[in-house]
Amino acid sequence: MYTQILIAGFGGQGILFAGKVLAYKGLTEDRQISWLPSYGPEMRGGTANCSVIVSDTPVGSPIVHDPDILIVMNLPSLDKYENDVVKDGFIFVDSTLIERKVERQDVKAVYIPATKMARDLGIPTLANMIILGRVIRETGVVSMDGLKDALAKTVSAKHQDLIEANLKAIEAGYNYGE
Amino acid sequence: MAKVLMKGNEAIAEAAIRSGCRHYFGYPITPQTEIAAYMAKRMPKIGGTFLQAESEISAINMVYGVSSAGLRVMTSSSSPGVSLKQEGISYLAGCDLPALIVNVQRGGPGLGGIQPSQSDYFQATKGGGHGDYRLIVLAPASVQEMADLTAKAFDLADKYRMPAMLLADGTIGQMMEPVELPEDMRTAVYEKPWAVTGTQGKREHNIVNSLYLVPEQLEKKNIERYERYRLYEQNEVMVEEYMTEDADVCVVAFGIAARVSKNAITAARAKGIKAGLIRPITLYPFPKEAIRKAAGHVKGFVSVELSMGQMIDDIRLAEGCAKPVTLCNRVGGMIPSPDEVLKAIEKMEGGEF
Repeated sequence: MYTQILIAGFGGQGILFAGKVLAYKGLTEDRQISWLPSYGPEMRGGTANCSVIVSDTPVGSPIVHDPDILIVMNLPSLDKYENDVVKDGFIFVDSTLIERKVERQDVKAVYIPATKMARDLGIPTLANMIILGRVIRETGVVSMDGLKDALAKTVSAKHQDLIEANLKAIEAGYNYGE
Repeated sequence: MAKVLMKGNEAIAEAAIRSGCRHYFGYPITPQTEIAAYMAKRMPKIGGTFLQAESEISAINMVYGVSSAGLRVMTSSSSPGVSLKQEGISYLAGCDLPALIVNVQRGGPGLGGIQPSQSDYFQATKGGGHGDYRLIVLAPASVQEMADLTAKAFDLADKYRMPAMLLADGTIGQMMEPVELPEDMRTAVYEKPWAVTGTQGKREHNIVNSLYLVPEQLEKKNIERYERYRLYEQNEVMVEEYMTEDADVCVVAFGIAARVSKNAITAARAKGIKAGLIRPITLYPFPKEAIRKAAGHVKGFVSVELSMGQMIDDIRLAEGCAKPVTLCNRVGGMIPSPDEVLKAIEKMEGGEF
């Protein structure tokens, strides 16, 4: 398995953080990992994206051009990357923020109102984790077991109290629709 | 030893500390600022020095001072900042001082941009400052190598009394990968009888200086220095060869370009094209022997670079223009895609050059 993931949205939505959680989870599963952020004069409200590769073989280029899994949290990102997804790949759409549907017929489109769910759950900043939970459910790219350990590594030392909320968000996404 | 996820820049900083470096001088610039930030956090806790100088020029001269005293020391910057350091680097070379200079390259010339680049190849390998001198130049292609080659650079610098440059790029600096870091990354202890450490009235003064007004003396100094460089060239070439044994097309690439090229080679092999990769890990000395050997059986070389074509000159020199060499490049912060490299491989395979 060589899974290339592209996560894209606005700065401030936790795009890079969602990628880090995936990367750390992969690491705890002894997989090969790379995580590459877009960097630059970006700020809250600007664009942000990150490339994550989770693999059983050594990672070549860390830059994801043709994702197996695309996660988008704003419309410009869906417009920009929809055509890059490989055939039979996945596109995860935050349907609170993106009204249009995926046009491609040869990919699996998954819609989840992550931002609304986050607001309803009282964790408005964790839509990224809700959508990540759905990704884990649909693709199995990493497993749910031991997710707390991976979160503990991702969250900085002074924010360890936020692990539970993140876990709750991931589970909400995982169980969405049931 | 557990693997941890680290950014390339952080891996450099931690590896430097584990290599016994306790003195860091720098000035912030994207995309290498994490090195300075890491040092700012760690150095005070372990009795080291972190100092944000007022400029890159000050920082390199602080490195000059600490190295004269025989201690491991480093600075880091990105392309425009490394240009500013060139005077100090020439002085370090002229005084035969070891030091580590990290360049996490970005697009240029001038202020350029902040996205990754490899366009400081000439500056690093041919001497960006004045005078006859060479640098140890190492090119990491993974976060693990950012750490390992940092330790190696300190080692080689002490061994040959040369300044060493770690020539990375924005991608490898910013990306995270699993790394394993040994507790102690020092491999040997180097005596430094030349260091300016105080005589305590027991020995003659040591003088660290690059000024020789008598031309005969300066000539002798230069020749002696180049004898040391020859030894370094003979003994320390590092290169990775990937699927080169039966290759018809040989890609030559370092750093991030080599990572992209490996994807292209996998794709080429899947199409039945025998492609391979020579990845120089030392850019100086350039792995001439590996190139020469490959020239015996390949149709040609493809130099994949994030520059307008700089390393390609060294490939041609190494293979004596025996085989064609084409350039596959993107510049200004752009990175060639595996598809672009594959197309260049296919062209060479098809005899188009």
